[in-house]
Amino acid sequence: MPTGNLTIVQFLIASIIKIALFLFVLLTGVAYTVWLERKVVGHIQNRWGPTRVGPFGLLQPLADGLKFIFKEDLTPPYVHRFLYILAPMLSLITALISISLIPVGDTITIRGITTPIQITDTNISLLIILGVTSIGVYGVALAGWSSNSKYSMLGSLRASAQMVSYEVALGLSLVGVLMLTGSFSLRKIVEAQSGWFWHWNVFGGFQIVAFFIYLCAAYAETNRIPFDLPEAETELVAGYHTEYSSMKFAMFFMAEYANMVTVACLASILFLGGYSGPKFEAFLPPILSSLMPVIWFLARVVFFLFVYIWVRGTLPRFRYDQLMAFSWKFLLPLALANIMLTGLWVALRA
Amino acid sequence: MVHLVLFIIFGVICVAGAVNLLVQRHPIDSALSLVVVMGALAGLYLLLGAEFLAAIQVIVYAGAVMVLFVFTIMLLNAGMEERTRGSKVALMFGAPGLVIGSVLLAWILLQSKPSVRPVGVGSLYGSARTIGHLLFKDFLLPFEITSVLILIAIMGAVVLARRESQ
Repeated sequence: MPTGNLTIVQFLIASIIKIALFLFVLLTGVAYTVWLERKVVGHIQNRWGPTRVGPFGLLQPLADGLKFIFKEDLTPPYVHRFLYILAPMLSLITALISISLIPVGDTITIRGITTPIQITDTNISLLIILGVTSIGVYGVALAGWSSNSKYSMLGSLRASAQMVSYEVALGLSLVGVLMLTGSFSLRKIVEAQSGWFWHWNVFGGFQIVAFFIYLCAAYAETNRIPFDLPEAETELVAGYHTEYSSMKFAMFFMAEYANMVTVACLASILFLGGYSGPKFEAFLPPILSSLMPVIWFLARVVFFLFVYIWVRGTLPRFRYDQLMAFSWKFLLPLALANIMLTGLWVALRA
Repeated sequence: MVHLVLFIIFGVICVAGAVNLLVQRHPIDSALSLVVVMGALAGLYLLLGAEFLAAIQVIVYAGAVMVLFVFTIMLLNAGMEERTRGSKVALMFGAPGLVIGSVLLAWILLQSKPSVRPVGVGSLYGSARTIGHLLFKDFLLPFEITSVLILIAIMGAVVLARRESQ
């Protein structure tokens, strides 16, 4: 029975509840990642960040959202209208799809119904996430071209070339983890790292080099500093989203932060052990103890987001030719060497 | 039953995308229709049970090769096709010819005995492990020769695109 030991109706209801919950948490998380970034970058730059709107500026994302809704939605003349409207939708859709495959916790049992805390699990989950990232490049490429503006066009060409180049390094850096686990399914990758922290892939699996490559490639995929030349304000006005206003711009904005959250989730699953951690079954009632893995997972994700924002506040940006050379001449050979060494170790271990 | 419905859906999307590719006047719209065709093909591979191939189809074909197509169209600033006035003679002979040709082809194909057995849903072994075994054990020589072929193509492209050193 593909639905486990649940009936079809129970499975459907559980899935609908999980989808609604995950989407709500993801979108709220995206909004508050913006808040976190403004606060942390502010403190790095020795200033406060948003403090006025609500305690500690916590209602700032709400104010920003209202501002986006009330702004004028302007469509410049001579744009290719179908692609102009399609591009931010593509970006946002591909950014939000990946959450459906991420295992946030172990199983949870409510009223006798046992369900994994994950919307769905397939045996090619990791490949699906890579495929969805590849389709996300179209959002950027088409946005710049359809805007009929030279700044947008140049920005989008640079951004898409950068994203396509770093996808190669990203994919290859994951091969080491896959060889150690033997499966593309994200849940199995987490289960292979269960135990104490020396079982995690970055320590016990010796994937520290792959972790570094993954982080660099992920920063480049999400167009974040130090790889954010396509969005650099002093160079290209605003890059591929120059001609977008109001909700369409907000969609690009949300897509960028949702990609950050997805990358952070993937990094914690593949390298830092996912949701593994002590469950305190002796001290807590069953529902709370099955929520403990969720808390461990969220702790890792927030840690990654903090590192993302920390790097953003600290490093200068790469020049474009340095950026491309870094991907093709440094990260790619390093990833291949990592694959060969990991393959050798797996073959000798067996 | 569900599989038949899914096959019909993916098949219709695939054919509609292909027809749209021919009908559209701007090359970028045609390229995006081709991306839709690739996506529908990936769905058909999934129905056959070749899950790894479906994912790779999306990652490599729809996500990298077609992006390069779109780049080229954007960089070359290819404009809309001009609509020339078609000739009446072509329409008079072409349309019945097309109908007769396709009917003839369909009749011949339905008459001949199928030389391979029909492929059912999920009948291929599509896991990465099986494909790995096939590529690296049974078909190792064709795999290595194909990689040399691709290397030759890359070198040819580099030579052609190289700036002439004065």
